[in-house]
Amino acid sequence: MTTTYEPNVVLSTSEYSVVGTRPIRHDGTDKVTGRAQYGADFSASGLLYGKVLRSPHAHARIRSIDTSRAEALPGVSAVVTGADMPSTRESDPADFGLGPQPMKYLRDNAIAREKVLYEGQAVAAVAAANVHVAEEAIDLIEVDYEVLPPVLTAPEAMADDAPILHEDLFTTEFGKNTGHNSNVADHFQHRMGDTEKGFAQADLVLEREFDTATVHQGYIEPMNVTALWNDDDRIHVWMSTQGPFQFRDAIALALEVPQSQVRVTPMEIGGGFGGKFPLYHELAAVLLSRKTGNPVKITMTRKEVFEGTGPTPGSRVWVKIGATREGKITAAEASLKFEAGAFPGSPVGAAAMCVFSAYDIPNVLIDGYDVVVNKPKTAAYRAPGATHAAMGAETVIDELCVGLGLDPLEFRLGNCAKEGTRRADGPVNPKIGGIETLEALRDHPHWGAPLPDPKSGGKVGRGLAFGYWFNAGLHSAATISVNADGTINLLEGNPDIGGSRAAIAMQAAEVLGLAAEQVHPQVVDTDTIGFSFGTGGSRTAFATGWAAYEAANDVKRQMVDRAASIWGVDADSVEMEEGIIRSRTDTELSMSFAELAGQLNETGGPIVGRGSVNPPGVGGAFAANLVDVEVDPETGKVDVLRFTVVQDAGKAIHPSYVEGQMQGGSVQGIGWGLNEEYHYTEGGHMNNSSFLDYRMPTSLDLPMIDTVIVEVANPGHPYGVRGVGEVNIVPPPPALANAIHDAVGVRMEVLPMNPNAVMDALWRSNGS
Amino acid sequence: MPTVFIPSLMQDLTGGEQSVEMTGSTVREVITGLEDRYPGIRDRLMDGFRLKGNINVAVDGEVSPVGVLAEVGESSEVHFLPAIAGGAG
Repeated sequence: MTTTYEPNVVLSTSEYSVVGTRPIRHDGTDKVTGRAQYGADFSASGLLYGKVLRSPHAHARIRSIDTSRAEALPGVSAVVTGADMPSTRESDPADFGLGPQPMKYLRDNAIAREKVLYEGQAVAAVAAANVHVAEEAIDLIEVDYEVLPPVLTAPEAMADDAPILHEDLFTTEFGKNTGHNSNVADHFQHRMGDTEKGFAQADLVLEREFDTATVHQGYIEPMNVTALWNDDDRIHVWMSTQGPFQFRDAIALALEVPQSQVRVTPMEIGGGFGGKFPLYHELAAVLLSRKTGNPVKITMTRKEVFEGTGPTPGSRVWVKIGATREGKITAAEASLKFEAGAFPGSPVGAAAMCVFSAYDIPNVLIDGYDVVVNKPKTAAYRAPGATHAAMGAETVIDELCVGLGLDPLEFRLGNCAKEGTRRADGPVNPKIGGIETLEALRDHPHWGAPLPDPKSGGKVGRGLAFGYWFNAGLHSAATISVNADGTINLLEGNPDIGGSRAAIAMQAAEVLGLAAEQVHPQVVDTDTIGFSFGTGGSRTAFATGWAAYEAANDVKRQMVDRAASIWGVDADSVEMEEGIIRSRTDTELSMSFAELAGQLNETGGPIVGRGSVNPPGVGGAFAANLVDVEVDPETGKVDVLRFTVVQDAGKAIHPSYVEGQMQGGSVQGIGWGLNEEYHYTEGGHMNNSSFLDYRMPTSLDLPMIDTVIVEVANPGHPYGVRGVGEVNIVPPPPALANAIHDAVGVRMEVLPMNPNAVMDALWRSNGS
Repeated sequence: MPTVFIPSLMQDLTGGEQSVEMTGSTVREVITGLEDRYPGIRDRLMDGFRLKGNINVAVDGEVSPVGVLAEVGESSEVHFLPAIAGGAG
């Protein structure tokens, strides 16, 4: 069959009634009309406004904090510092699904106590009658700092004479404490086969080292929280978060209160991309509320978001790959040195899982280093770590193809990982869609099209890159109650990002033979639904969708039983398909879902279904990019002329939202590749903490991102879902780097590839 | 018998063995068997009755959501992995 490629293609492999269609999102009206309630919209009786005093230094010891002048300011209700937090059980593990850390680090990152470790770290907070008084008050808090030298990159922090951030941090090596106090929190290694032997079999072996800059997620809605420590000692928190349950648990553990004492209500969320999982000003808000008895609201400014919350880290990535002239990769090595920020926990582990996992390579050696530096503690950002790693691997692979005179797409196809391929970190791949993804790109008209004409007289080039991300499963819960009019109410605990309400509701609708519009999904608070891991890791449509599927099947079983009871027949003789309940043996016995729903109260009571899952069967995902760029050799400016992304979704529940994820991830990857970075002074001061100076691409900078959804069904999910939110950010930077090389003949070894970087590379190649 | 893959940085305890066959129907039993054969390995993997916070275990390619309580089959593969920090995106 010949596929006609138009913008936004879905290569569907299985058809359903609801799954795979494009209904209007359930939250659309509220969001379009501005009625949706975000955290900044929240108000409550007696509300006080909080403001956080943040460190002006990247590294300093706190000698003393004097809050007396702030407390005396009229309108100020309370001031809190780190001294207001518990200081017991400091070494207890605090792991809320985002990597383990001692409780001490969790608390110190929320409000610094002995040391500040990055500019922007919270030191104290004030609650006042309004935000202006609160701002004035924090200026009256006197902090006596002993300023210490900062260290800002992983290689610098790994030097023997580097300033040490934590006197109690000792390098571990897979469970072994080396006893060495350093900034290297952890070193691990994956080894498979014999790389020395593998490189000896290669006809060409190439290696390069890459430096990538610190990059923020750039969510449009700043962090916000309102907290109330009520008179009955129950704590209620309203906030913008990806993980309400993780926040509930983190707040409870950090403040040593019972988990059941804390309730988190997730407000609508204006983007997160992984950045809205960690704890920041929430503890301050809760403690201020305890002191005042009032609800306290804190909303960050954009500057606070940049300086006081977790970006994705900078890194140094070294990659060495060997291949035969026939195009077979024989061996690969990587050294991944990732900045963790101020506290251990970079995404270097995930980077190591992904760096070579798109390919079937017999001999692999990967070393990973988690290194603390004087920057904000890093947070997740779409496929955390995989983009850094792909920048190295995909650039060197492109260079191998050029050196060996091989087609870069055929080279990747010939080495592509498939079902049964063992990854360097150990596990063997289940059914995956890497080959189908590359084949779809090969079939796309962009692949065979001539290069476009330059728009501004520059040089034009084309680049290809490929990326892998493993996706996540984890716990989710959902409940469904049947309404008398034949609709259902669906409760779930995952804040809606990118249309997840719709994607989850559609899976329930499919089971029950309802239209998507007949499902009323609601995102509810942590008291109202069972534990659900947060919206992230490409897991929500997969796992919470599965919970909704289970809840719908529970409803279906009960509806069948109820119909059998009404008809006085054996339940085994009754079936429900496409919203009709009928007897298999008596054609007279039939009624619709809505007809039965209207009889529930008088035939035994309401029907409520529940689903609780921790599903195995997570399916890894692939994305491929083809990009055409124009490079101005006089200025180094790079313009994107054409961009195509192909991604395996397993099954696109709502193709429009999958395309949105693919386009969004691609654009963020382009920003990471070409523009975005934290500009630091030597002293660790961020120079560009506004969207004016931290340059993210806009629609004016880019062409339409063409998408192709590949569907290689994940056998581990009822509808074949793989998860779609992350892998799309992996290949854009190396695809751009390879396109720049194609245009002007230089290999880029830094991110971002801004005009300065491109000109540096051009001058180096000219010997200037 | 389940096959246990030994992380390269722990192969000092196994005399360089990269994988070993080990009896056991759960990861905990497998670790107990490893400890009997390679003393010291349990302390590298576990704190008390749980895996160390920075270590995960995967059985047949799936990271165990229940740690050492995960069941293993006769032909299972067991991998110990660094826990993924930075986490979900």
